[in-house]
Amino acid sequence: MKNILILGATSDMAQAIAKKYAEQGWSLTLAARQEALLGPIASDLKVRADVPVQTVLFDAADFAGHRKLYESLETKPDAVIACFGYMSDQEKVRSDVEDIRRTIDVNFTGMATILSIIAADFEQRGRGAIAAVSSVAGDRGRQSNYIYGSAKAGLSAFLGGLRNRLAKKGVHVMTVKPGFARTKMTENLELPAALTASPEQIADAVFKGLEKKKNVVYTLWMWRWIMLIIRHIPEFIFKKMSM
Amino acid sequence: MRKISDWGNYPVIEAEVNGFDTAEQLKRQLEQPGEVIAFGNGRSYGDASLQDRILLTRRFSKFLSFDPATGELCCQAGVLLSEILDVFVPKGWFLPVTPGTKLITVGGAIASDVHGKNHHVDGSFGQHIRSMDVMRNDGSVITCSPTENAEFFKVTVGGMGLSGIILNASFRLRKIETAYIREETVRASNLDEIMDGFEASDDWTYSVAWIDCLAKGDALGRSILMRGEHAAETDLVEQAHRAKPLAVKKGLQLGVPVVFPNFALNPLSMKAFNFAYYNKTRPGTHKHIVDYNSFFYPLDAVDNWNRIYGRRGFTQYQFVIPKEAGREGMRKILTRITESGLGSFLAVLKLFGEQDSFMSFPMAGYTLALDFPISSKAMELFKELDAMVADYGGRLYLAKDSRMDAAMFEKTYPNANEFRQAIAMLNEGSTQFASLQSKRIGITG
Repeated sequence: MKNILILGATSDMAQAIAKKYAEQGWSLTLAARQEALLGPIASDLKVRADVPVQTVLFDAADFAGHRKLYESLETKPDAVIACFGYMSDQEKVRSDVEDIRRTIDVNFTGMATILSIIAADFEQRGRGAIAAVSSVAGDRGRQSNYIYGSAKAGLSAFLGGLRNRLAKKGVHVMTVKPGFARTKMTENLELPAALTASPEQIADAVFKGLEKKKNVVYTLWMWRWIMLIIRHIPEFIFKKMSM
Repeated sequence: MRKISDWGNYPVIEAEVNGFDTAEQLKRQLEQPGEVIAFGNGRSYGDASLQDRILLTRRFSKFLSFDPATGELCCQAGVLLSEILDVFVPKGWFLPVTPGTKLITVGGAIASDVHGKNHHVDGSFGQHIRSMDVMRNDGSVITCSPTENAEFFKVTVGGMGLSGIILNASFRLRKIETAYIREETVRASNLDEIMDGFEASDDWTYSVAWIDCLAKGDALGRSILMRGEHAAETDLVEQAHRAKPLAVKKGLQLGVPVVFPNFALNPLSMKAFNFAYYNKTRPGTHKHIVDYNSFFYPLDAVDNWNRIYGRRGFTQYQFVIPKEAGREGMRKILTRITESGLGSFLAVLKLFGEQDSFMSFPMAGYTLALDFPISSKAMELFKELDAMVADYGGRLYLAKDSRMDAAMFEKTYPNANEFRQAIAMLNEGSTQFASLQSKRIGITG
């Protein structure tokens, strides 16, 4: 039975992904910070799909603990999906130094450290798949969320490099860019329905993407084109737009 | 603040709406002063889950344990019945009781103590609850069952969310061999025929009738009786069904994409619908094998069907009257409804079995449910109907209600006063759980 490690397993997206893999008969290792949430999520998956589910406590911002955490896993995963992220209020994060740091720590540094440790193991074993949830916000810096966006831009670049390095070693790396997602993180935002993916849609895209060894997955196809256009607007025009 | 309403889109209110993922988060929300009410999937019809401050339970929706030896399931209260069916029908299990929609939460099913087509055999949903955890006003969690903290259990089943917030519940699923129902439909040309039909269907697990509430005179009460049993494997005839007896193909999901203009439903269009529906079943008895979705949940196949009633919204008037008063009472009430010409096309008749719960709606007798677009004429009609229902010793279903007055409630729910005192006492003297409905009918201040 194949095992998947889900980092940040309590997010809506991660829960949908876990459900998808459980239904496909994978065993699961769920890692997250909030213990009170992890327990019920694990029992839910066991009841639904009759697969082994383990839980471990994981804090993305505790970089020093990442190696120990990975080494402590009884079952080393065949695939890992990193879903954790932190989005603060842009008004707040603009001026709050601690919040800027947390945004970058969780979204970029935490991703880079844990995934580097896992990548080394996968490289040595000569197999494995890594998927991480980045964001269309990282495709171009925009005034509405450029701190979060820059951390995600860093993550996308990191994943691109990792993919490049591991492609010859039998390890696949996939970047996921969900676009708008209907989750806890966005429940108070008014989002355009046609551009907003449900956690289940994202889970399907991630599962199929990894099966087909996709490199970069936009969960809703329009987003690839929207971001292509946004990326190509000349800077002298772009800087005057409000996006 | 956001706009929110229950299924009838009447009333629509502005409320502060928050969800929770853990009991701890819920507790913190209860620490804030001010009245609150739990809101599940918004499928009660009126204002039973509406209030200035609303606690959404839908996120609190995990399965906690399942014992395949007994069928006992324990889950958090925000789980939808549809989620239970999706997971457990393929494993050979079904709900012990289900109402006509599967899009309700377990918490809502307990708080409204919902009933289904098998009420005369299996009672209401609450009667299947073996144990549950409820968070009280002060954030403490009480485990209750028919034997443990029985007083608390009694006021929580059918208690409309006023005793506390249901966190999780255990109940036993029913073993099934197939995902199909062996159904018989019988056409009844008037009220006497349909009532005879019900009485002759006592030994069927499921029975319900669709009734044409626009038909008058000799045709008053003409209906289609539907009765069913879970099909055994040997009942299945089609090869595709026999190959995968517990699998159900996803049917066509339709939707009502826009809110209809108010004039779309008029006496003519409704009469046409009722005529067509009645006549599509030929006289006599017909046998079919149908999947459980088409038998139990025909309307769930149409997303947002409530939108056909337009912006004014609608209410479902559902009452029960005791069996002794049944024939005469139903005839008088139905006559009054047909005279008014206000009823619409979804009218459902059912014969309940015995029930002696504290606050629940069912009683041994006939229940009729029918939809009315909101209008001042309809409101006047309801007043008249209320008086008739109360005279016959019946009552209205709180889960559907948005307009009953306190006097009517007091008259028809014999335990009203005791309930009022109990929910306060069991919450140490004061409770912050209250809904627009509980205030309107005078359960809470």
